Amino acid sequence: MNLKIQQFVIIITFILFASCKESTSTLSKIDAKYIAIDSSFVEIDSIENFVAPYRKRVDQILDSTLAYAPKMLTKTDGTYNTSAGNLMADIILEEANPIFKSRAGKDIDFVLMNHGGIRSIISKGKVSARTAYEVMPFENSIVVVELSGKSVLEMIDFLVNSKRAHPIAGMQIILDANNKLASLKIQGKAFDKNRNYHVATSNYLVTGGDNMGFFKGMLGTTDTDYLIRNAMIDYFSKVDTVRSVVDDRFYKQQ
Amino acid sequence: MERRKFIKNTSTAAIASLSGLSLNSCLGDSKKHITILHTNDVHSHIDTFPKDHSEFPNLGGLARRAVLVDSIRKENKNTLLFDAGDIFQGTPYFNFYGGELEFKLMSMLKYDAATIGNHDFDNGLNGLYAQLPHAKFELLSANYDFSNTLMNGHTKPYKTYNCDGIKIGVYGIGIGLEGLVSKKLYKETVYLDPYEIALDSERKLKEEEQCDLVICLSHLGYEYEAWEKRPDDLTLASKTDYTNLIIGGHTHTFLDKPTIVRNSKDKEVLVNQVGCFGINLGRIDFYFDSSKNSIANGVSINV
Repeated sequence: MNLKIQQFVIIITFILFASCKESTSTLSKIDAKYIAIDSSFVEIDSIENFVAPYRKRVDQILDSTLAYAPKMLTKTDGTYNTSAGNLMADIILEEANPIFKSRAGKDIDFVLMNHGGIRSIISKGKVSARTAYEVMPFENSIVVVELSGKSVLEMIDFLVNSKRAHPIAGMQIILDANNKLASLKIQGKAFDKNRNYHVATSNYLVTGGDNMGFFKGMLGTTDTDYLIRNAMIDYFSKVDTVRSVVDDRFYKQQ
Repeated sequence: MERRKFIKNTSTAAIASLSGLSLNSCLGDSKKHITILHTNDVHSHIDTFPKDHSEFPNLGGLARRAVLVDSIRKENKNTLLFDAGDIFQGTPYFNFYGGELEFKLMSMLKYDAATIGNHDFDNGLNGLYAQLPHAKFELLSANYDFSNTLMNGHTKPYKTYNCDGIKIGVYGIGIGLEGLVSKKLYKETVYLDPYEIALDSERKLKEEEQCDLVICLSHLGYEYEAWEKRPDDLTLASKTDYTNLIIGGHTHTFLDKPTIVRNSKDKEVLVNQVGCFGINLGRIDFYFDSSKNSIANGVSINV
């Protein structure tokens, strides 16, 4: 009797376990949604307190005044060149040339950037490192590319047809009334299609960004390992006043 | 006699309790509930956006996300939290601290795992490696072969989790680095075919690890035009056999609800992505039934 009960228990147990195994968990229902992290959630103090010293240090450094802008600078105040674009291109020429010269023994001939790469205006008033982060949030660095005269002409073609004020420095482009190239000067000298030129630009554009196809024909590159943003911060630290205006580096004759 | 009676009683009790147990565990009353929470492309956005921000006014913020995650964990202790990559880059916190704060805070929120996005290479392999001590969660990547780099041994292709008897397998899939990340940064990282590796990973998780639920953390991107010839999550989903959910990233796609894709066996796969910058938290609840007839009924998906 005793033995039989024991056997019965064992058998039942086995059957139950076996049946359990047979009907393992099966996915029956899925609910999905997203939850917006809005002001209905009150911040956890422990996280806030943890972040506070990190934030304080960032704010101290980013918000300390480096220079002063007497006027707002924007990339929308000109058709062929703009105050913010000219500032950015001029800064790159000035700050990157010593690095290029020490590495390649040559000077940068001119600068080409992209209009879309300027992400913010520079407000009138104090200029800080945060300004540079706003204008240039990306980790793009300055590279110097060697282009043939033919590639430079393709580049000019691109600039004439793009209808956007891509920032340039170190060159002057004048169009006639029919949008044809009337004059092209690089470093104050007439363009020579038989020589090569060194153009400083963003690594983003060289690797195919903004469809600047003429970089495909490049003859060589030199990395400066210098972030565009850092060039801006270094420039802001050096000058007292940040000035830039729409000028005659690229215009159309009436 | 007394002894025999005792044994008889206890045996009956044992049978009764076993039957009870079987009723609980086998006959369908015991729904099991797993909650999966996810973010992607947070890009170092630790603070809430300012109230005057033109795109995301007063939205996001890690301290708020922490409250939300906490409350969901209290509601269901069988909750897992994942991130689909691009943890780094986007605010000065990254430029200043190199990702230390991001990893520390994700650890405080008890993230279970993350996959690696292209921007997580922005300070190079050295930069990522330097932050590893701050990450108390797993970095999952099945198709970045780090063997010849200093990241070797610091990531896993997949990981399994046991929640309330449900085995969950999670694998990571990354985006092609060439043309997106400078070679200087990713160095000798070898990129393996994402589709091939995904199929291999999900098969291991289903057939060898016997997982009940298979999840992919992908940084491929939601969808590309055919001419771009770039692998994406929608295509990946259609090729899989076992994956239940793809948690995506990279394309900063704000989906109102997960997209349901038919896999190679004509079964449903969920593809989800919650935009970027920690604006939203994704929540997917999986309910498991132990009754046999659930197989016949199929899975009801409420999105």
